[in-house]
Amino acid sequence: MVDSTLSGRSFPATAPFEVTDEHVASFAAATGTPYQPGDPAPATYPIVIAFAAMQQLMSDPTVGIELHHVVHGQQRFTYERPVRVGDRLVAELTVTSLRQLAGTDIIATSSRITDEHGELVCVASATLVHKES
Amino acid sequence: MTNPLPSRTYPVTRADLVAYAAASGDPNPIHQDPEVARSVGLPDVIAHGMFTLALAARYVDEQVGGPGRIEEIGAKFTHPVVVPESGTSVEIEGTWRDERTLSLTVTCAGEKVLGNPVVVLRG
Repeated sequence: MVDSTLSGRSFPATAPFEVTDEHVASFAAATGTPYQPGDPAPATYPIVIAFAAMQQLMSDPTVGIELHHVVHGQQRFTYERPVRVGDRLVAELTVTSLRQLAGTDIIATSSRITDEHGELVCVASATLVHKES
Repeated sequence: MTNPLPSRTYPVTRADLVAYAAASGDPNPIHQDPEVARSVGLPDVIAHGMFTLALAARYVDEQVGGPGRIEEIGAKFTHPVVVPESGTSVEIEGTWRDERTLSLTVTCAGEKVLGNPVVVLRG
């Protein structure tokens, strides 16, 4: 089981990630999403930044997650404004709740994604389901 | 407004998953390597849940006339999208709950793959 006191814990901000036209275009192209230079990024694009924050949680030895036993259970993005090319984004993840039952940890997380001015761009909420080996 | 919105069918290939893995930074081999997928009890390679959610966002962009209108999007990943060598497809249909809120039905091979996928548009 993961650390039972995990709920409420926050992790440091991820390294700044600069949104480039080339990267947004490749993300959009992978799902056939129409994208023209100057368009806002697709609505699920911030998973790239949120994923880096989740990696911090999952690789922290004091948390106790076994990477190969984690399933992505749920994901939500709530926007203040669309992501645009040129944004420099960081994510700060907080564990908002932990439920532990029958060998399964259900870890709810919320990552605040902010721009280079410290303004909130969106909140990415993920539920990770961790099963005992 | 049209209700429900027209349904759309999107082909999904393994090459799409390889491209998505590279673009999203999620290299988990269960999305690319059939042997690894089978070793963890899956029938074959499965799509990333986020790949399917990205398709849902694409559907909404197409239906509402362009990107940047989504204020909120979320779903549970309830059932995997299995992608055999020959590929598969995902079908999506949207129903307006109110003038800003769309409920989606997202299916693959006749089964719902996302739980309660909902999109809220900017006011």
